[in-house]
Amino acid sequence: MIGGPQGSGINSVAENFAKACIRGGLHIFANIEYHSNIKGEHSYYRLRVESKAPRSHVDWVDLLVALDRETLFGDLNKVHPTHRGHRHEVSPGGGIIYDRSLNLTPESFGRDDIQLFPIPYMDLLVDALKEFGKDKELSKYQVMVNTIALGASLGLADYDFDLATEAIREGFTGRKAALGDLNVSAAKHGYDYAKRSFGEDAFPIKLRKQPLTGKRMMIRGVQAVAIAKLKAGCGFQTYYPITPATDESEYLESHQKDYNMIVVQAEDEISAINMATGAAHAGLRSSTSTSGPGFSLMAEGLGWAGITEAPGPVIILYQRAGPATGLPTRTEQADLRFALHAAHGEFPRIIIAPGDVVENYYDTFDAFNYAEHYQVPVILLTDKFLASTYQDVPLFNGDNLKVDRGDIVSDSDLAGATDYRRYRWTELGISPRAIPGQKGGIFWTTGDEHDEYGHITEAADIRIKMMRKRMRKIELAGQVIPDSKKATLHGPSSSRITLVGWGSSKGAILDGMEDLKSDGIETNFLQVRFVNPFPTDYVQQVLGSARRKIAIENNYSAQMAGLIREKTGIGMDNTIVKFDGRPFSQNEIYEGVKDIIKNGMKEVTVSHA
Amino acid sequence: MLELKTYRTQVHNDWCPGCGDFGIVNAIQMTFMEMQLEPHRVAIFSGIGCSGKTPHFVNAYGFHTLHGRVLPIATGARLANPGLTVVAVGGDGDGLGIGAGHFVNTGRRNLDFTYVLYDNGVYGLTKGQASPTLPKGVKTKSMAAPAIVERVNPIAMAIASGYTFVARSYALDVRHLKQTLRAAIEHRGSAFVDVLQTCPTYNDINTKEWYGGEDLPVKAPRLYKLEDSGYSGSVADPSTDEVNAKKGNALVKSFEWGDKIPIGVFFKMEVPTFEDQLALRMPALKDKPFVEQDIYSRDITPLLDELT
Repeated sequence: MIGGPQGSGINSVAENFAKACIRGGLHIFANIEYHSNIKGEHSYYRLRVESKAPRSHVDWVDLLVALDRETLFGDLNKVHPTHRGHRHEVSPGGGIIYDRSLNLTPESFGRDDIQLFPIPYMDLLVDALKEFGKDKELSKYQVMVNTIALGASLGLADYDFDLATEAIREGFTGRKAALGDLNVSAAKHGYDYAKRSFGEDAFPIKLRKQPLTGKRMMIRGVQAVAIAKLKAGCGFQTYYPITPATDESEYLESHQKDYNMIVVQAEDEISAINMATGAAHAGLRSSTSTSGPGFSLMAEGLGWAGITEAPGPVIILYQRAGPATGLPTRTEQADLRFALHAAHGEFPRIIIAPGDVVENYYDTFDAFNYAEHYQVPVILLTDKFLASTYQDVPLFNGDNLKVDRGDIVSDSDLAGATDYRRYRWTELGISPRAIPGQKGGIFWTTGDEHDEYGHITEAADIRIKMMRKRMRKIELAGQVIPDSKKATLHGPSSSRITLVGWGSSKGAILDGMEDLKSDGIETNFLQVRFVNPFPTDYVQQVLGSARRKIAIENNYSAQMAGLIREKTGIGMDNTIVKFDGRPFSQNEIYEGVKDIIKNGMKEVTVSHA
Repeated sequence: MLELKTYRTQVHNDWCPGCGDFGIVNAIQMTFMEMQLEPHRVAIFSGIGCSGKTPHFVNAYGFHTLHGRVLPIATGARLANPGLTVVAVGGDGDGLGIGAGHFVNTGRRNLDFTYVLYDNGVYGLTKGQASPTLPKGVKTKSMAAPAIVERVNPIAMAIASGYTFVARSYALDVRHLKQTLRAAIEHRGSAFVDVLQTCPTYNDINTKEWYGGEDLPVKAPRLYKLEDSGYSGSVADPSTDEVNAKKGNALVKSFEWGDKIPIGVFFKMEVPTFEDQLALRMPALKDKPFVEQDIYSRDITPLLDELT
């Protein structure tokens, strides 16, 4: 873990370290916690490195890199303290790298079971700068103490420095290449100092390269979603700046030139969703990305997309802890019910909740097919945790992904036509759509109830037919989309304990299950991936024969457990919930289940603090 | 030769007898005919309210959207499908009350489209409440008390927001209106037309007679044409100080209200549109709109490699 004030560059350090590990055949899981603040508040980056790909983080730290005092001791001296630092999280035998100039006594750490590695950050940085004749400009390069610390941690772990060099250099291309050399030198000074001063065996954990198993990407949720949008042929993206969704739109905008995608920063999320719906009706695959507060503003527009049977948009909802501003930079899975019910009235919508970076990619791709095929808005329900978490995964294989644009009337169908009806009654509820500009395809569309042409009507019989037509589409989607895309049972079907979850807690649950297994507790895990249409039969079948059912959710009220009960009549025996704005760790899943099994607790709330 | 009836539909029109909306929809249809626009190349967007029903009466792609949200939906469709001539219409409450944020920000973009504001000072369909353009101190017949807030000035707001064609016309002067609409549609950039209009049912102050000046000591129409008064709001060279001078003149003119009310073009300037600027970023847009291009087989491997 590396911690420091916001603005101190912990991201680039952690990501460079991670990249160096991946290049050496190791596997990583990296996630950040930060405040809603530009500069100064405490943030930390957790980087887990394993020989086998980790899918979650753990709550202990083997090597803590502190860029400041607060990372060690917290902010207890403040009038309103928020945390007590990370020194107590260091595992017995673990180590702490910190700034020697803080002049801390070993006693002040309150731990006699850990190793201390004081490093003269600033002295080493001055030495590095001297080599480039830039030691007079120390204040300009001060932030580079983070790279000194990076080097020191690599040195203690005795890792291959060349891999780090490569990773650092890649961050500085073109005119910035000289800065890359400077950073490599800073890292080397840290690396050599650690090796020289503390000896080979000072820190027991060593990172050893492994043979590479094919090309792997270091990718986080927002990137997986963005790349899937490009792959799917999305041509129009709107957004209003909001944490943590904006990174996705910025990624798209930075690639728009090569991929031909219009990206519009709207004046608010009301505009964002409505622009996207306008573009979808006009014939372009469209999307918008937001978080809870923005989605709140989108509710009415969502309803308009629903009643007008727009072929989209695809809405990416990166949940964060609410309500209102809530914990704006922290994670939560508390918008499941909201996504399901947002907007007044009843209309079809598809809601998918991917569980990891890879599912983010495939589910986003599918979302565009569903939007156009069924002419419905599609919501992808993901969250801050998945959005900002890096994993290393094999390159996505797009060969088997096929674009399905749904039923579009051809120009030849329309040639000579005088009676095209955009909302024609059909057995399946889906009406072939025209693209504005097509001759003979003129249609009207309205948020009022309407007839087959799209003209306003208040006739009771037409209302009934149109409601049935629209709702038929979601029934159809439920029948056509296979269960394998909607829910998954991980682990042996005979397990006496079934964990039930959805979305980004998948990784922690899977890793936690392995800990439980080592402890003789065999579990399986029902991951629900489709919120709507709900895989009722499959869930009923799995849970109907399950013995102890434990819901695990990153929210207060176990919303999925409630939805399962509503759809299947099956209640959970226990719940493990977490609503402190932080994601589940592997050990929390293990401990939560143990509390239920061994200690007889019915409902468990876990918290990072 | 496309005839006027080409632009009409058979949909039953339920506006009140004598409504100013009739004049506007007729002028829209006549303008399309005079311009010989093919109906399938035109898309009309509306908000909610009496004016919201406009698209249903016009034979063109029609989008009857949400209250206040006509501009975002029109923007999305226009950007996706720039082969369409886009006309957005809406009431004064729709555009300057609930939709005011979109009004301002759409002007900033200078999208190539036309926005027609049906400006009658009241919310008609909800039965006569004061709209944002009703002057302070005025009480129309269904209001409980006179308005105690200032009105907004649509022309000044449009100029401040960046619309590059800003005009006013009158629903009962169909000739002037269609001439103004044509200039607006032909303008490359965001065109805004404030159409003064009567609401015979709820606005018993700004009536046809009032616009005709029949209450004045010397009876004379309140409306006069800017072009007849020697005023010109056209900017010849947008790279000069003329822009600010013309905007300043237009703002001053826009506050004239009372016994004399100007109609006509307040401000006009041709500068690159939003679409032009997008095409600079994405040269492929110069060839044809993305809606006509194959963007469904993009090669994402460079993006994946970038992450290795």
